[in-house]
Amino acid sequence: MSLLSVENLAIHFGGVKAVDGISFDVQAGEVFTIVGPNGAGKSTIFNLISRFYQPTHGKIVFDGQDITRTPAHNIAELGIARTFQNIELFDHSTVLQNLLVGGHTKRRASWIEDVLHLPRSRANEREARHAVEEIIDFLDLAAYRDKMIAGLPYGVRKVVEIARALASDPRLILLDEPASGLSVEETADMAFWIEDMKKDLGLTVLMVEHDMSLVSAVSDRVLAVVEGKPLALGTSAEVQSDPRVIEAYLGTAA
Amino acid sequence: MRIHFKRSYDEDIRLFEDWRRMAKYAVLLAVMIALPALVSAYFLGEVTLVLIYCIAGMGLMILAGHTGQISLGHAAFMAIGAFSNLWFMEQGMSFLLALPLSAVFTGLVGAIIALPILRLSGIYLAIATLALSIIIEDIAIIAEPFTGGVGGVFAPPVDVLGTSVDRYGSPNLFYWMCLSVVVIVLLGYANLLRSATGRSFLAVRDSEVSARALGVNVTRTKALAFGLSCAVTGIAGALYAHFVQVVNYESFLVLLSINLVLLVVIGGLGSIHGAFFGAVVVGLMPQFIAIARDFLQGSVGIDISAYPGLDTTVFAVIIIAMVIYEPLGIYGFYMKIKTQWQLFPLARRDMFRRSKSYLKTERMR
Ligand SMILES: Nc1ncnc2c1ncn2[C@@H]1O[C@H](COP(=O)(O)OP(=O)(O)OP(=O)(O)O)[C@@H](O)[C@H]1O
Ligand SMILES: [Mg+2]
Repeated sequence: MSLLSVENLAIHFGGVKAVDGISFDVQAGEVFTIVGPNGAGKSTIFNLISRFYQPTHGKIVFDGQDITRTPAHNIAELGIARTFQNIELFDHSTVLQNLLVGGHTKRRASWIEDVLHLPRSRANEREARHAVEEIIDFLDLAAYRDKMIAGLPYGVRKVVEIARALASDPRLILLDEPASGLSVEETADMAFWIEDMKKDLGLTVLMVEHDMSLVSAVSDRVLAVVEGKPLALGTSAEVQSDPRVIEAYLGTAA
Repeated sequence: MRIHFKRSYDEDIRLFEDWRRMAKYAVLLAVMIALPALVSAYFLGEVTLVLIYCIAGMGLMILAGHTGQISLGHAAFMAIGAFSNLWFMEQGMSFLLALPLSAVFTGLVGAIIALPILRLSGIYLAIATLALSIIIEDIAIIAEPFTGGVGGVFAPPVDVLGTSVDRYGSPNLFYWMCLSVVVIVLLGYANLLRSATGRSFLAVRDSEVSARALGVNVTRTKALAFGLSCAVTGIAGALYAHFVQVVNYESFLVLLSINLVLLVVIGGLGSIHGAFFGAVVVGLMPQFIAIARDFLQGSVGIDISAYPGLDTTVFAVIIIAMVIYEPLGIYGFYMKIKTQWQLFPLARRDMFRRSKSYLKTERMR
């Protein structure tokens, strides 16, 4: 069964056709990767699925539900979480507080109960912390729990951002270039995290990535996108050997 | 340096990290309660004003410090709180009922105003809120049935559970009343910050996009923050009205709005402590200047009372110095000293080097 399906999706910014007729299906439990040169429209596809942008054409269906007009702040509750290409953490908070915001959709107490610290608010806090501790454990972040984001190394922040996304207990996680800026060892670790998310948490992963070693290591299927248009779809090896993809990456000389 | 080992989630959730900290605040509160026995009635009046500034400061801190939305017009909400409180009392309502009601009213007005205004950000938001502060002067004159027009309104006597609480007649009671309100607001504020609602405020401040992606309704959160902020500021306005006993269109000028901004910036944006530090500075600055003036005149023979804009100038110099040298305010400075003391002699000079930061919310457009 396909968990996410995108049909003929397009968005135009003035004259720029950033995404221009993209369709794909992501099956439940797979790692689906989008590759493409800079400016191909990969992040824009993510922003469309997160509902930050309103598509000019097309349809987005998640788990049988049309979400093309769902407000962005309702997406997390449906079970879609994401990370950002340029890490978007809450810099002036600790790792723990960042992850707790990840559990925002789980809260049941109203703001009035929060201000008065009534039992339901307290119960929320305990449950949220319990859930977050499991993720801290899962991604090995215990050493950083009470550290401010602003002082953390880049590689750790990348992991914290994934942890925060996991804290919303998603079914589908969108990872925008999880390995960019990471060292070779950190990239290898990232491959393990992604495998674990798929195997242990039963998550479906939709990823944008340039690092072909990571793409080949974890992807079940790969979609190549160029100038907002789909170019090739298949296994990592198939897509990498597709002549049109090679040409798009190397540029047309003639 | 003390390291605190946590054994349960509740240790993370509760207000005081350990008993030492709790004892410190208990002593502070005890001193504040005993203050009328320790200082002159005149000084007590000044401290009462500082407490009122504290409340207004906490109000603005919720918005500016914790939600990252600037308001240069918060005096307008002090005015709404003051006039509505007096109006409710004139309708025969008791003070104890009129105070929370004026807070609710001011909060609602704030939340409604917030919806269009908070679509703006940065400098545009600053301009829009500044305009609010200017408009309120005219509204205070035009809305005569509620505000007494140019003449203003005299505050009716305050009666709390059968006892008259008057700034001049019973200054101690008035002081304790303000202190109680400070403590109540403070508790609510601290509760807010340890809850999901408070974290959603911080999330909106630090990254609107990821807040949205995590399910935070940014528009609603900003309106809630603005509403809560205005409600608290409204309470300060109501108490201020009873403190000065007569309010008119001149009681809540733009300068007061600016003073509130100075308060949160000087105190330290993003911490409740900051509201208190800032209130002490802003509330007592006229006193400091008066003392300095007398001292200069007495010892050196220079008469600086000939310069009427002096306190404004001093404020301006302080804020410029603050923004350049200590952007985290007095609270940031205090934390630095404290950490250095705890780590002595291991502190390093570059430990507090500032990392480059800029308004993140402006990035994703
Ligand atoms: N909000 C916007 N307004 C105007 N143009 C935009 C906007 N967002 C994206 N674009 C344009 O759409 C195109 C695709 O951008 P996008 O960020 O999706 O590329 P990408 O594939 O993620 O590239 P990279 O690998 O560099 O991250 C670019 O030409 C970009 O300038
Ligand atoms: Mg991108």
